[in-house]
Amino acid sequence: MDAIGVIALNAFRETLRDKILYNLVLFAGLLIGLSVLLADLSITEHHKVIADMGLAAINLIGVIIAIFVGISLVNKEIERRTIYTIMARPISRTFFILGKYLGLALTLFVNMTIMMAVFLATLWLYHVPIEQSLFQAVELIFVEILVVTAIALFFSTFTSTTLSAIFTLGLYVIGHLTADLRSVVANGESGGVKAVVDLLYYLCPNLEMLNIKGQAAVGILVAPEYLLLASLYGVMYAGVLLTSACLVFQKRDF
Amino acid sequence: MDDIVTENLTKSYASGWPGRPPFVALDGLSLRVGRGEIFGFLGPNGAGKTTTLKILLGLVRATSGKAFLLGQPAGDVATRGRIGFLPESPYFYDYLTAEEFLGFYGQLAGLGRAAINQRVTDLLELVGLADARTRQLRKFSKGMLQRIGLAQALIHDPELIILDEPMTGLDPIGRKQVRDLILSLRDQGKTVFFSTHILHDVEMICDRVGIVMKGRLVASGRVDELVRQDHTHSVEIVCQQVKTDGNTLIHSLAARVLQQGQQCLIVLPNPDAVDAIVGEIRRQGGRLLSVTPHKASLEDLFFQEASQEIARALPHMTSGRAS
Repeated sequence: MDAIGVIALNAFRETLRDKILYNLVLFAGLLIGLSVLLADLSITEHHKVIADMGLAAINLIGVIIAIFVGISLVNKEIERRTIYTIMARPISRTFFILGKYLGLALTLFVNMTIMMAVFLATLWLYHVPIEQSLFQAVELIFVEILVVTAIALFFSTFTSTTLSAIFTLGLYVIGHLTADLRSVVANGESGGVKAVVDLLYYLCPNLEMLNIKGQAAVGILVAPEYLLLASLYGVMYAGVLLTSACLVFQKRDF
Repeated sequence: MDDIVTENLTKSYASGWPGRPPFVALDGLSLRVGRGEIFGFLGPNGAGKTTTLKILLGLVRATSGKAFLLGQPAGDVATRGRIGFLPESPYFYDYLTAEEFLGFYGQLAGLGRAAINQRVTDLLELVGLADARTRQLRKFSKGMLQRIGLAQALIHDPELIILDEPMTGLDPIGRKQVRDLILSLRDQGKTVFFSTHILHDVEMICDRVGIVMKGRLVASGRVDELVRQDHTHSVEIVCQQVKTDGNTLIHSLAARVLQQGQQCLIVLPNPDAVDAIVGEIRRQGGRLLSVTPHKASLEDLFFQEASQEIARALPHMTSGRAS
């Protein structure tokens, strides 16, 4: 088990020394700044605009890091052949995958914490009330990012970096649309189409379940049960993907 | 006891196209490496050396056959803790400093902090990188990367060390240092298995060698035994005042005849014809200056095996084209 920690900490160190990460944090700061600028233009709802833009920025940056670092996490090791010396050590392939995932999760957590701090500072500076709902939204954004990271890692165990990016991005978009699609199809479509949409709905992650940004921005809380269930759903979905990633990775030749 | 055993190891890769035969990287390779031996694994590019090493380390799965390291099946996770490995042209985490890099591999091997610090200091000294302790690997030269790679292979004091082309990228001084290092590892009772193209190094330090061609082990044994097996030792005869032009006896027996003024060099493919040539020199009243038997080297054996392999492959290639 120690090996997972060693791999995770090294993955964390790698991303920290990767300048792209710092640039994205800077980008988040800029986006939050922009939200303040937009809020100045909006006379009536500037509180909502600042909260909305802040949450959206945190979400966007988190997802970008999760996808683009997630897809290269394993592929880079294989392409650069650094995997040879790692796999020649007494570490199972499962531990390697889990270590890599946890390392990136740690990076994302630190990154989100920094973004959240900047966001809260912005709210405080502009006298926007800091609602509990904002914390609920950020918690579910983090769960969504954990799912997206698991998707990226899963694809990267058997496809190229480019294909992994396309698949992950595709699944992310579908994940936000399946619930809407299902409700549209429910009203009068034929059995075949309905069955396909149902299959997609259950197979793809329901990421819209983890999106409460709209109501959180205006201070509406979700029930603690919903928060717990949605978090459990996300974590379990990520768990299934990670298990699949480990199984695929076990069979791979380097 | 043998530290490395492979039995009929085969690895084939699917061509990716229906109807096309798979590419066979290893074709029934069987070899044994005893404890405390330095074993040189020779072969041209694409012969299957790296594939063999990868199977031994569990990086690649064999299509058929068996492989054992330190008595355990190849790829066994716990056994890897007793093995050190340096891949060919190693790429490492270039954002780490030399110290962090070795520390990381020490941690992976389960070493404690104090043991890691001590081993890092000792190994950086051993491979001549003590001054680069806090330098990031991205600022290392190719030779330095090779040295730090060797250090990572040894960080946990393994019993068996597997090195893929360890001399690549090193200057003559670096190569000598690596040779000395390998010999010192053998003196410590460790087994060293390494692949290389550089035959000179193999002849100098290896207890035994194996030559692999097209995925098959074509020769294996002690260097002196293998070289002795080869009976086609050439002989060089230098003489004076001998007419070789138009001499059918000399030209029929010699592999090469070089006439430079009064002096003549006759190269014989084997020692059998020495008496006949010396007799001819005497008959002509010439002066015999020297008779030098050319001891066959590992390189000769290597090229002989390679040319036989090409000769074996040629009929297939010709018939393939004809069909």
